[in-house]
Amino acid sequence: MSNSALPLPAAGAALTRKCDTTGLNVCLIAERFIKLNAVCAVVFLLVGGIAAILLALTRWQAVHLLRVDWFYRILTLHGLNMLIFWILFFEVAVLYFTCTIPLNARLFSAKVAWAGFIQMLVGAVMVDYIILNGQADVLMTSYLPLLAHPLFYLGIILVATGTLTGVFNFFATLYVAKRDRTYEGSVPLVTYGATAAAIIAVVTLLHGAIVMIPTFTFSMGWTPQPDPMWYRMIWWGLGHQSQQVNVCAMVSVWYLIGQLATGAKPLNETVCRTAFLLYILFINLASAHHLLVDPAIGATWKIWNTSYAMYLAVLASMIHGFTVPASVEFAMREKGHTKGLFGWVAALPWRNPGFSGALLSLLIFGFIGGITGVTLGTQQINIIAHNTLRITGHFHATVVGGTTLAFMALAYYVIPLIFRRDFIWRSAARLQPWLFGIGILFVSLGMSFAGSMGVPRRIYDIDNSGAFGPAAHLMLGVMGLGAICAVIGLLLFVVLCVGTILFGARNAGRPMADWGVAQALPGSREGSLADDHWAVKGTIVLTGVFLACFAVYYFANWKALADVWPVR
Amino acid sequence: MSLTLPARDWYKPPVGAEKLWIGLALLWCFVMSLMMPYWHFRGKQNSRGEAYAVKPMDFFARAEKFAAANKVGERDGIPIAEPAPGGDAYLVARMWNWYPILKLRLGETYRVHLSAMDLQHGFSLQPLNMNFQVLPGYDHVLTLTPTSKGEFTIVCNEFCGIGHDKMFSKIIVE
Repeated sequence: MSNSALPLPAAGAALTRKCDTTGLNVCLIAERFIKLNAVCAVVFLLVGGIAAILLALTRWQAVHLLRVDWFYRILTLHGLNMLIFWILFFEVAVLYFTCTIPLNARLFSAKVAWAGFIQMLVGAVMVDYIILNGQADVLMTSYLPLLAHPLFYLGIILVATGTLTGVFNFFATLYVAKRDRTYEGSVPLVTYGATAAAIIAVVTLLHGAIVMIPTFTFSMGWTPQPDPMWYRMIWWGLGHQSQQVNVCAMVSVWYLIGQLATGAKPLNETVCRTAFLLYILFINLASAHHLLVDPAIGATWKIWNTSYAMYLAVLASMIHGFTVPASVEFAMREKGHTKGLFGWVAALPWRNPGFSGALLSLLIFGFIGGITGVTLGTQQINIIAHNTLRITGHFHATVVGGTTLAFMALAYYVIPLIFRRDFIWRSAARLQPWLFGIGILFVSLGMSFAGSMGVPRRIYDIDNSGAFGPAAHLMLGVMGLGAICAVIGLLLFVVLCVGTILFGARNAGRPMADWGVAQALPGSREGSLADDHWAVKGTIVLTGVFLACFAVYYFANWKALADVWPVR
Repeated sequence: MSLTLPARDWYKPPVGAEKLWIGLALLWCFVMSLMMPYWHFRGKQNSRGEAYAVKPMDFFARAEKFAAANKVGERDGIPIAEPAPGGDAYLVARMWNWYPILKLRLGETYRVHLSAMDLQHGFSLQPLNMNFQVLPGYDHVLTLTPTSKGEFTIVCNEFCGIGHDKMFSKIIVE
């Protein structure tokens, strides 16, 4: 068997260990890079979180904490650390996990993993240094003709190429695992979802390269300035599509935690996998959502790319929004929790922070993030939303309430299983997802309502123009209070993670301390509902409520649009 | 199980509740897709992105000519210009003000030309909350019909440097 691609083991050293909780084989090289990437992710999350509270306490005008120059500086820092660094480092950790451990495979190359990791880390530190040094007050999007120090662009290019290197390692590992037959048949759903994320990541990061390289050469004075409209279009090919990478990773985490906490399995693998495929096929032009009130782009282009061929990526999310709770409900009913529509809900492992985090993530992402996203991204409705706080209200529900909370939930399993330490302060950990989730819910609602009153995003002060009244200020206050709650949740998460990695009780040689799983009632039997295709009655009602909320919000926005001045 | 290998025969079509939900979701996606072309033809608020290439200094010259020819007053040193009904109006966005102030008549339709001198800016008309992007090098034309009277505030809602929050102006409708 050809193993030449794998690094040679040190004499006598084992390449894998058997997990004491799951019995799976853990590739030690993958484990090392999962640890490295996860630790860096949490550090950048902390930087972004400190920035978040400074910003919220500035936009909450009763407090108005920062000076104007530092407000935009910290806003740039917040966007890049949260949306790019925290998420990309954690995603690389998720990729290395999903391509090795579930497939009983070993990571393709430690050298490639180092190369990717070092590029990402150097790039991210470079970007943060340049921002804090006051040489890149251009916000995350760095729209031309705004211009930052060349090292800012170079840092972002390095983060992108480093991530691409990690993604290459992922695909190479999949190839070697398939070739060496480390597993039989199809890959598990979690690996499948991660593969979808990796494919979209390649397309996304190539957009990043296309837009950032000429911007870098321009900042060096070597080439002329790229067109600002061209920049917007390609930049959002990076900026929006990368969020679909997050969605894929987040949905994979939902499925994974559904299994770990309740023993759920997909009702129909074909449906779940097809939904991931839809993401890959129909997300390519999501950049359109940021260009709906831009000049020089026609209505046909805007309409077609808004719906990217009939909203089939939205369909994918709606499918996952059904199949994830349905699989959990099905598992609960087979465990004997069959009372009424929602009897199974009471028996869920609510005290398990992994489970509660994933569940809140699903609810916030679906009900707030998803509904607002599709509505605000409707071509004409965007007129009454573009660049207002409604947009930030939307993506704090998707990326923070959705992806970040799902990743936090996963950390409650990653740290015991990969770092092999049991969590310290377990009662505080059980509370943490609720603090963060409820906080971010209020951040999102405060922003959304303020945005509906026209309050712009990315602005230091809304009082100079005299255009906004006390209601807008009230909503900024709601946002500020929510942010305090969420940041306390975030700091608690960081303290719990760091404290556990340093001081947690070692669990090598025994299963991890159980967070709590759904219990089966006596007399119940797995497989007892195998032929009942309508068993998930609670999920049917929940998704029906979801669709009704969606339709009401959607058409209410058309009504609001009809009330403004005619324009074409 | 999502973490473990699926059974060999995992490929099967959806059935029961799952099939119903996929059908409903697809139908909803279809409705949303049709709403946009419907509104394009029947609705009154659309963003067609009508635009022409223009050099910033050329655009400013047109705006100055327009302001001089249609000047009806002045506020804080910035001219108030009233375009002819059905005619063209020019609005310059620059760090950190708008030039000139526009005065429009209720129910009349105007072609408002928007462009930026320096950075990108955001045209955000309050309290209506109508928002459009303004770019240097692009003459972005909005065909606009005011249907309510009063003084409306234009705030800039695209980050344009340190004075961004002090960049606002008025549109007066009589």
